[in-house]
Amino acid sequence: MIKLTIDKKTIEVEKGTTILKAARQIGIEIPTLCYLELEDLNIKNKPGGCRICVVEVEGRRNLAPACVTECTEGMVVHTHNVRVLNARRTVLELILSDHPFDCLVCAKSGNCDLQDLAIKMGVREIPYDGEKSTFIKDFSPSIIRDIDKCIMCRRCEMMCNDFQTVGALSAINRGFDAVVSTAFEQLLEKSPCTYCGQCIAVCPVGALTENDHTGRVIRAIADPRKKVIVQTAPAVRAALGEEFGYEPGTLVTGKMAAALREIGFDYVFDTDWAADLTIWEEGAELLDRLTRFLNGDKDVPLPLMTSCCPAWVKFFEHHFPEMSKIPSTAKSPQQMFGAIAKSYFVEKLGITREEMVVVSIMPCVAKKYESSRPEFAVDDNPDVDFALTTRELAAMIRQHNIDFRSLPEEDFDRPLGESTGAGVIFGATGGVIEAACRTAYEVFTKKPLAKIDFEELRGLEGIRSASIDFDGLEIKIGIAHGLGNARKLLEDIKAGRSEYHAIEIMACPGGCINGGGQPLHHGNFDVVKARWKAIYEEDANKPIRKSHENPEVIRMYEEYLGEPMSELSHKLLHTHYFDRRSDIVIDLEK
Amino acid sequence: MSVKIALKEEHIKAIRDICSSFNNDPGELINVLHKSQDHFGYLPAEVQEVIAHELRIPVAKVFGVVTFYSFFTMIPKGKYPVSICMGTACYVRGAEKVLDEFKKQLGIKPGETSEDGQFSLSSLRCVGACGLAPVVMVGEKVYGRVSTEDVKKIIAEYKE
Repeated sequence: MIKLTIDKKTIEVEKGTTILKAARQIGIEIPTLCYLELEDLNIKNKPGGCRICVVEVEGRRNLAPACVTECTEGMVVHTHNVRVLNARRTVLELILSDHPFDCLVCAKSGNCDLQDLAIKMGVREIPYDGEKSTFIKDFSPSIIRDIDKCIMCRRCEMMCNDFQTVGALSAINRGFDAVVSTAFEQLLEKSPCTYCGQCIAVCPVGALTENDHTGRVIRAIADPRKKVIVQTAPAVRAALGEEFGYEPGTLVTGKMAAALREIGFDYVFDTDWAADLTIWEEGAELLDRLTRFLNGDKDVPLPLMTSCCPAWVKFFEHHFPEMSKIPSTAKSPQQMFGAIAKSYFVEKLGITREEMVVVSIMPCVAKKYESSRPEFAVDDNPDVDFALTTRELAAMIRQHNIDFRSLPEEDFDRPLGESTGAGVIFGATGGVIEAACRTAYEVFTKKPLAKIDFEELRGLEGIRSASIDFDGLEIKIGIAHGLGNARKLLEDIKAGRSEYHAIEIMACPGGCINGGGQPLHHGNFDVVKARWKAIYEEDANKPIRKSHENPEVIRMYEEYLGEPMSELSHKLLHTHYFDRRSDIVIDLEK
Repeated sequence: MSVKIALKEEHIKAIRDICSSFNNDPGELINVLHKSQDHFGYLPAEVQEVIAHELRIPVAKVFGVVTFYSFFTMIPKGKYPVSICMGTACYVRGAEKVLDEFKKQLGIKPGETSEDGQFSLSSLRCVGACGLAPVVMVGEKVYGRVSTEDVKKIIAEYKE
């Protein structure tokens, strides 16, 4: 143990503890800006670059950045003397002097670490008047980059490269011109970006935000010629409450349904319904591949890989196109919902698909990109017209003068609002494969499950594996969340180091509960863990917990699709994948 | 800001040879870039993409390094590269005015190449001929005691 003094208080800490963490132990919160640490995920960004966290260490000539300076025996630290406060203020003023002053209209206003810091430090004027950055604003289908606001904390670069291994972003140029951008400063659309949105999730300022579609949705609702229906993804209900002052992990399913009705959607449906439908199709595909494999067909593509996550799909299209036979051809729940809404449901209503507008509320920004993929449209009319994030829904609720906390608990509409516990857990890592196992087990063994909960598939470790006993047949399951972990899992499979029958991959750490469209966690992973618990709580409280028992999905198959993997199912609910390598890379890998 | 070129088979082979001479080690990126710039004269986007692929690193990272170090350039040098010494001796004897005159006459800024590909402009630090300050180099040829009036004459020597 190491003994030191911080602001006249003596404290003992373990060797290797930074001044920042030691101070926290005794209730001293040294301000930070670039620093980010999510210990559960082994995510670290502490370049010591912004110098906001500087403190005075007696005997040291220069001020020390608290986030990277380790405590030493007998150290005497001052976190708020005049020298420290002056330096910290000067650093902040210099950062602000090259930052646009458009807080009034910034998407991050009220949720911005830089703004919070300026308030905390009581900055009232910026004494430095000089040149300002003027980069071009980049509008991709999912993410808007306004890098004039970039403060070079490099959190996004760390997420994109070290954690996700996507490599779309890098620090470029030097000195005043230094900024985080793409290769050759191209648009994000031309980069290998997967739109996972984890850069947005960690950006402390408004440099990275979602492409906001709320205005278009409001106009569609106001159009009397349109029937506007909405679907809400499982992870949204476990996080939306945070925007209205609820404790993280508070389920607001009923209030969310009431709010959507209040906003004016004609039907309030649930993506969980489509998640159950996904299990019917993906489960049938798994059993089909397994049966063929057990019957001696060695060419069957195994493991079956889940394909619900659009960022994951785009990732393997860029990096593993040679494995494009492995993923399930089943569309994601969002797109299955859209395809069924604009076929089965428009028929029921007696309207055309052009008269219907499908809106989805997603914890994700990649879902915006997914809904814009040309293969998910009929005659240029997309199956899903607009995908909003949880944050955008919260903004819409506020704009509509709705007092969220006093709303009654309401239910979803039928038929596309009926769902099971299996549909709910799609929102957490391990949930999709658990839902698939609940159905595949019973269909394969023709026996009821003794225990519905597959505890062995749950958890937050980056890569997990488990064996499930299908009545004597051992089914090997792999799970990865975070694209860096997914890459490792896939490379192991490619090299023959591991063998699985099925694998589940989600691009975001923790799964959709920590998606790029969720309320910002500001570096506090406990928020995500609370959402994770809430998802399993919702599942446990559902009267029906297996997708193949969803009565409205059963009815839809009887009335419309026939059976899973039928010709109509293939047309509406299955898709195909593309090789997205650059021309040069295709040429080089020939 | 980059020049698009279609890489020929031999160009790709040259880059691959450079990368493999450093065992395709991503830690050798700067050395690989030096050798590649020696070979091509500059580092166009396509060359960076091949390097990234060979070293198994993102293209954005390679671009980040290329834009960080002023020695690396993505613009091909002109047939006659003009360099003006901005070392202390040359500077105090009016090198900046000479540089301004070259900028005006050639219509380009330091780091750029004229549209016809004939001239490129750059500044450098001390060529060891301080007695001749201010000094201008065109290719390997050194011009001493250059005044703003001389600039037109120097350019005329090379105009085709």
